[in-house]
Amino acid sequence: MDEKERVEIRPLPRIGDQAPAFEAETTWGRLALEDFRDRWLILFSHPADFTPVCTTEFLAFQELHQSLKDLGVDLLGLSVDSVTAHIAWLRNMEEKFGVKIPFPVIADSDRKVAGLYGMIMPGESKTETSRCVFVIDPKGVLRAMIYYPLTTGRNMQEILRLVKALQTTDQHGVATPANWQPGEQVIMPPPKTMEAAEERVQQGMECKDWYFCKKKL
Amino acid sequence: MACIQPDGSLSRSGELILLAVHAPATPQEVARETGADLFLVRAAMREFMQAGYVEKLGDRYQVTPQGEAALEGAKAGKIEEIT
Repeated sequence: MDEKERVEIRPLPRIGDQAPAFEAETTWGRLALEDFRDRWLILFSHPADFTPVCTTEFLAFQELHQSLKDLGVDLLGLSVDSVTAHIAWLRNMEEKFGVKIPFPVIADSDRKVAGLYGMIMPGESKTETSRCVFVIDPKGVLRAMIYYPLTTGRNMQEILRLVKALQTTDQHGVATPANWQPGEQVIMPPPKTMEAAEERVQQGMECKDWYFCKKKL
Repeated sequence: MACIQPDGSLSRSGELILLAVHAPATPQEVARETGADLFLVRAAMREFMQAGYVEKLGDRYQVTPQGEAALEGAKAGKIEEIT
């Protein structure tokens, strides 16, 4: 392999790790990960400005923005395009779709942030960032990651559901079942002692068995 | 929104945020008062600290004489625009 073609493969960040710190140029000036502490953050990457799938995603993120803000969540986009390209694209969206993008976008021209978060998938593209989503909690811990390929736009409702599920887990110490939606029953963590297992069955929760109990919040 | 323009003058959001630290205030208080995002206020304070426009007193920030001068400059610029 030619030296120029060699792509540095870094380990991907892992759920439960402290999110890698960065400071980067954005469409709102220089921002650091540290600036987002005490609130939730959705850091997401897109492959390139002025491309149709990315445009639909930005429009969809904009629709989600107020709901996320109400949940204490900030949005931060990223691609390897320059600030100038980002500004031109965001202004184009405003002109063509009548939509103002209400969150900053990182211009990661040197791919420093992309490298830290493993946003470039060399098997798919050696230069563009894939469609990655990193959910970072108020303590700066990476709580969830979603990766989509270049061809496929993300499901924004799933991102919203994911954040609500994580916040429900933190607030009530519970887990959430498949396809859970806010308001539905949640899963109790498995009991750790024989006594607790017996009590749980007697408490009148909806239990299929001692390890599988659900309750309404 | 960078708060200090390349020519050293304040941007509109920069002026708003700097005005909010006339009396010492935490970034949370500034965010509440101005309606700006907390992350933006924190980034602004970093930028202002580097420029010497604010100083940190514990967990609060306060405008410095240099910052006051920048605010005066912004006011003068506006008067010039109007007249």
